[in-house]
Amino acid sequence: MPGVSRAEYDYVDISHPFLRKIPMAVPLFKKVSSGHETDQLSESASDLLAETLEFTGFFKLLDRKAFLVDPQTDATFVSVNFHDWTSIGAELLVTGGVLVQDNLVEIELRLYDTFKEQLLVGKRYKGQVADRRKIIRRFCSEVIYTLTGDRGIFNTEIALVSTGTGNKEIYICEFDGYNPRQLTHTKNITLSPAWSSDGEWLAYTSYAKGKPDLYIKNLRGNRGYVVAKKGINTTPAWFPNKFELAATLSFSDDPEIYLLTGTGKIIKRLTYNKGIDVSPTWSPDGKSVAFVSKRSGTPQIYIKDIDSGQVKRLTFQGRYNTQPSWSPKGDKMAYSGMENGHNNIFVIGFDGQGPIQLTHNEGDNESPSWSPDGNLIVFTSTRKGPSRIYVMTSYGTDQRRLLVLKGRQTEPKWSPRMVNK
Amino acid sequence: MALVFVIPGLLFTVSCAKKAVKEDTSLSQQAADEAAAEKAKQEELARQRAIEEARLKEEAIQKAKDNFLNEDIHFEFDSAVLTPDAQEILKTKAEWLHSNPNVKSTIEGHCDERGTLEYNLALGERRASGAKSFLVDLGIPASRLTAISYGEERPVDPGQNEAAWAKNRRCHLTIK
Repeated sequence: MPGVSRAEYDYVDISHPFLRKIPMAVPLFKKVSSGHETDQLSESASDLLAETLEFTGFFKLLDRKAFLVDPQTDATFVSVNFHDWTSIGAELLVTGGVLVQDNLVEIELRLYDTFKEQLLVGKRYKGQVADRRKIIRRFCSEVIYTLTGDRGIFNTEIALVSTGTGNKEIYICEFDGYNPRQLTHTKNITLSPAWSSDGEWLAYTSYAKGKPDLYIKNLRGNRGYVVAKKGINTTPAWFPNKFELAATLSFSDDPEIYLLTGTGKIIKRLTYNKGIDVSPTWSPDGKSVAFVSKRSGTPQIYIKDIDSGQVKRLTFQGRYNTQPSWSPKGDKMAYSGMENGHNNIFVIGFDGQGPIQLTHNEGDNESPSWSPDGNLIVFTSTRKGPSRIYVMTSYGTDQRRLLVLKGRQTEPKWSPRMVNK
Repeated sequence: MALVFVIPGLLFTVSCAKKAVKEDTSLSQQAADEAAAEKAKQEELARQRAIEEARLKEEAIQKAKDNFLNEDIHFEFDSAVLTPDAQEILKTKAEWLHSNPNVKSTIEGHCDERGTLEYNLALGERRASGAKSFLVDLGIPASRLTAISYGEERPVDPGQNEAAWAKNRRCHLTIK
């Protein structure tokens, strides 16, 4: 990364980012203009910024009641008295100024290191009042980039399945559960969404024509392809950075995994085993594919090296390990493992570490999917009754419900970072 | 039946005599009425018997069809192996398909909710295609059979206990 010194990345310990949360203060943004709109925006924008940064799991947001200075004085915006913040324990400070004029908004945002007494990043944004979420997210991306060297997840989405209409249909919401909207209207069972690497395509299985067929849908237009072979056409998984995907097809009367073109034509067969082979997930470099197989008698996770064709078993603990999800950094596998009749999320490292159990004693926890920065995992849980979508850090901390929707929610899939969002 | 036909024969012979026409007529009339009544009664009985036989036959056909449609085969957890019970039921289903050669059947494979969803879709497929192969081995043309997996999407019993799960691990056959 040219022009950026390594020292700037010391804020968040990359190998143990959640061991210690960094105390951060986000006072209400200073109102540069006056009027109702400004008052409202000052509060909603500063709250949104605090919530957005808190979502990452890196920070501990300090209670505004403990702040020593009035945010509306210049002390928090024009010239910062860092002692006011270090004395309440804040190590990072984000200040903002809001100006509203004729439905246009100008927001200036700054991130400070209070101990080094240093401005780390400052940006000024102009836009429509309606763009405020976008503006806040852009700056949050700057904050995370400054602190970790990674752009974060604020331009990502989550696809999921929900039964709100009485049928399983696919919905898409923003990374934090905001603005869920129904994507499919199949009026039948629709399952297993999978994002292409560029976020432009979504593959899924639907019984729209009475049997489980695979649909490959362009999210921007009406283009699409269908794989409707005899038997099941399920569990799509896009090949990294290519218009190709793996999927489970059973036209041979046996569920096997195949590599398909993005238009649904078979390129080659990937698994050879009488019995169930299902749920492929690619290594980020595309050199290996992990999948679930019953070849040893119980469902376990295996990894196939594409070049050599060698297959190695990954999971040995437990008698029912399914739903593998390869971490975006390539170093770990998340999956659900069943013990005593309940599923829980586990993570196993390729360095021989683990498996580490991330969910415990709270209903069934299934369907892990990594955020594209590898720091968060979205999953389903029945801890409060019907299946709902939850998020946690990749170490299992900060488990919380992602969104409230009618019906039951299953199979969340975190999108890649969207270029145009 | 023979008796019924003989009486009208006699009656005709008698009615041809010129003597004692009146009495003979009244007598023969009475006999004829009785004979006709008896004939009607017998005919009615025969009709009733035929209806009853047809009804029983119909009932047996319907019962066989109901059994075919309602009797599911069941599986152990995470297994697509056909148990001896399941094989017996499938043999009965094969017989029914043999005697109803125009019927096409769809075999639905289902799972309980305990496994994970994607794996269960594959397991349901194994259950359905396993049952299909068994029927094909018993001589039912594969072209008359379709296997479809519903995974854990369509439980018959929403309960969360072993009794409900056992009911849900099934193959269900429908006809087209």
